[in-house]
Amino acid sequence: MLPSAETTTPPGSVEAPSPQGSSTRAPGDRIWGFTLAVLGGTILVVAGLVVIELFGVSRPLGKTISPLAFLTGQNWDPTTNSFGALPFIYGTVVTSVLSMVIAVPLSVGMAVFLVEMAPSWLRPIVSFLVETLAAIPSVVFGLWGLFVLVPWLRSGVEPFLGKTLGFLPLFQGPPVGLGYLAAGVILAVMTLPTISSVSVEVLKTVPQPLREAAFGLGATRWEAIRMAVLPYARKGILGGAILGLGRALGETMAVTMVIGNAPDIRASLFAPGYTLPAVIANEFAEATGAVHVAALAGLGLVLFGLTLVLNALARVLIQAVARGPKRAHA
Amino acid sequence: MSEFRRRATNHAFTVLSGAAILAVLIPLASVFWLVVSRGALGLSWEFFTHRPTPVGEPGGGVGPALVGTLYMVAIACLFGLPVGIGAGVYLAERGDGRVGGAVRFTAEVLSGVPSIVVGIVAYGLIVMRMRRFSALAGGVALALLMVPTLARTTEELVRLVPRSLREAALALGVPEWRASLQVILRTALSGIVTAVLLSIARAAGETAPLLFTSLNNQYWNLRPDQPTASLTVQIFNYAISPYEDWHQKAWSAALVLLLLVGTLNLLARYLTRSSMAKGR
Repeated sequence: MLPSAETTTPPGSVEAPSPQGSSTRAPGDRIWGFTLAVLGGTILVVAGLVVIELFGVSRPLGKTISPLAFLTGQNWDPTTNSFGALPFIYGTVVTSVLSMVIAVPLSVGMAVFLVEMAPSWLRPIVSFLVETLAAIPSVVFGLWGLFVLVPWLRSGVEPFLGKTLGFLPLFQGPPVGLGYLAAGVILAVMTLPTISSVSVEVLKTVPQPLREAAFGLGATRWEAIRMAVLPYARKGILGGAILGLGRALGETMAVTMVIGNAPDIRASLFAPGYTLPAVIANEFAEATGAVHVAALAGLGLVLFGLTLVLNALARVLIQAVARGPKRAHA
Repeated sequence: MSEFRRRATNHAFTVLSGAAILAVLIPLASVFWLVVSRGALGLSWEFFTHRPTPVGEPGGGVGPALVGTLYMVAIACLFGLPVGIGAGVYLAERGDGRVGGAVRFTAEVLSGVPSIVVGIVAYGLIVMRMRRFSALAGGVALALLMVPTLARTTEELVRLVPRSLREAALALGVPEWRASLQVILRTALSGIVTAVLLSIARAAGETAPLLFTSLNNQYWNLRPDQPTASLTVQIFNYAISPYEDWHQKAWSAALVLLLLVGTLNLLARYLTRSSMAKGR
């Protein structure tokens, strides 16, 4: 999984005078090199600690339940030592996917507008707004979601969706407000800055001649974007979306406050559910025993695995675009 | 007809993609308006300096939570800044080999680890061993979150320093460590300070990794081995409570948090701008 582009020296840079192995250097240089190596190595130690502690805390779970039964179990009841992770995995996947369905078109639309159409003075203003949105702490989003978004969904959006699209199982049932839909909407707002800023960066790398060629063939601006710009940028935008998805999976506080905290598996987006981070946040501090703590840490391990895979995938895709089209196919 | 349709499609998509900006604007304006308008109702001098009171009792504030947040962020800086900045300098100066590539990739992967998972790690590392929730555990959790991002940002900033500066210093016979510390790092300093401010702002806004590491505390605490209140956990507890009185306090505490985070962000922005102006 190691991206090879990162480890090679860029062709333009001059070979640095090698600090290693020469005995004529000042002792200060050796100390400095050693200090740097130790600090850099700490990153590897931290990563090791993350893995060791996650397995360590979740170990008592292994004596109670097999990994497969844990992952596929549908019942979560700490008082009877019954631990099934499926409702949380389901809730995490549903809310994250829903947030992508909302956020990706909006982010890409915004990025296309900023790079391809908007006057240049607008770009710094919008990027300031996007950065500000990204800087808001998630507990503040949760507070807003709980007292503004949820009542609005309950009294306005959900009854409307039920009336117009109620034939789909997704939009059936009483409008509770708290639930998958609320979590998906708030996650969309929170992942929008990530996806749109990656998309803007990717669109900026699209070579100008591609657009000019499309215009030269008589394409309108939208046709040039659809046929020349977006196909070129597709991989990078996908990378940005996956990066946003990784954020959405792990987002805790805002979701915890609006998801409804019900460990069930429901088809309706209006129903209350639960996610992996939310149940860890709610139950960890008041866990009833070592096995309960271990089960929650086990959920953390599942979450860790999911985000690890997604992030590695996103990096590879974004780098493939950054490296340019020739080597992207290699 | 088809020409008309193509033009109409073109205009429709221009308008639609422009309208996508509203998706940023509306939530942003709504959050800010509500936090400021509702939060301001409960603000007073007391709110900053007093302990929280039980439900229904008038007065009371978030004094211990505010101090607790600053205290744990300070602990996080103590551990996180040297490691984060140091690892960044390592990546920029010695990071072109195999090991450097592995460190860089690890830092990137770590920066994507959810903060709640980092909370579990700090729990296993400190709370389980000390057998109690503590400010130290909260601070370490925040430090773990700071390090990967800070390392990557620092690397980029150090790499921005022109190579000729280092070469000039080395040509004058300056040993490499002094060239690194006094020429390269000094040049990159204002950028690094900005990165540090932003990472402090992020840490101050974290809730999830504190829930079961530093827990909460109704009283003033400056001992690293005791549970400690924080603004974010306090907002969470107030918000999910059934009491109107506490909801009001949640909004006011959120305003205090936004002021803190906003000040740090503006300061970082100002530093970037003034250093860019100097560079020109």
